[in-house]
Amino acid sequence: MSRLIVLLAGALFGAGITISGMANPAKVQNFLDISGNWDPSLAFVMGAALVIATPGFFFVLKGQRPRFAEVFALPTKKDVDAKLVLGAVMFGVGWGLSGLCPAPALVALLTGAAPFLAFLLAMFAGMLVHRFVFER
Amino acid sequence: MSDMVVSTMFTPWQAIGGGCLIGGAAVLLMWSMGRIAGISGIVAGALTETGGERSWRLSFLAGLFFGAIVAAYFSGALVGVQSVASMPVLVAAGLLVGLGTRMGGGCTSGHGVCGISRFSLRSVVATMVFMASGAVTVFVIRHLLGEGV
Repeated sequence: MSRLIVLLAGALFGAGITISGMANPAKVQNFLDISGNWDPSLAFVMGAALVIATPGFFFVLKGQRPRFAEVFALPTKKDVDAKLVLGAVMFGVGWGLSGLCPAPALVALLTGAAPFLAFLLAMFAGMLVHRFVFER
Repeated sequence: MSDMVVSTMFTPWQAIGGGCLIGGAAVLLMWSMGRIAGISGIVAGALTETGGERSWRLSFLAGLFFGAIVAAYFSGALVGVQSVASMPVLVAAGLLVGLGTRMGGGCTSGHGVCGISRFSLRSVVATMVFMASGAVTVFVIRHLLGEGV
């Protein structure tokens, strides 16, 4: 049952990314191109997600525990450190260069285009480098 | 740099509809599993964790592909979608996104949606930083290196 709910959450997420047009790297790059032919769509995607998630989390987190787990696994770090900022800078550069962030890249893979596979494999490599080089 | 500039239309209704689904998905995952719907973390965990920690992430990712396939079939949203960057640029970008999201502890979904909606200072800062560095990057490749429209 819990797996079915997780699958459903993933399906809603994937459908949301797809319908919103965010799997199109051109739309994302045009959002970031404020001084060019700006496409504000991404701001509306994030805005709508926040309108749902903000009250949603508020009520869910008032509960004792999640339906199918012992505890709410929330991030414990509170301080803004250099790693956070440096990581966000690096992510932003990659995002701007490609118009791709993790979820849209997965969805774009469905077009069957090899460039998206190359991006994803490189992204996996970057994650593994962090796990096995930086976290050691 | 062989980036291509493809103009796109502002699509507010699709954006709002898709955003509501993303927000709903994040709330559903928190309600059921008590987990943050941060895709970079879920992908990284699916690659490096084992057992139950891996399997719920794989279920979520399987659902993500399933939902995307169904939505793409009915909306046509993936028709004509293509890369805007050359292969070497994509590989560099992928490495930066993979390493950067792990170092920064999240991406557009984890920080941008789940973190900001919980009023996390780290997520607000991270989101402002990656939006700014993304915008600067696009400004440089389109308007300074000048291949743009």
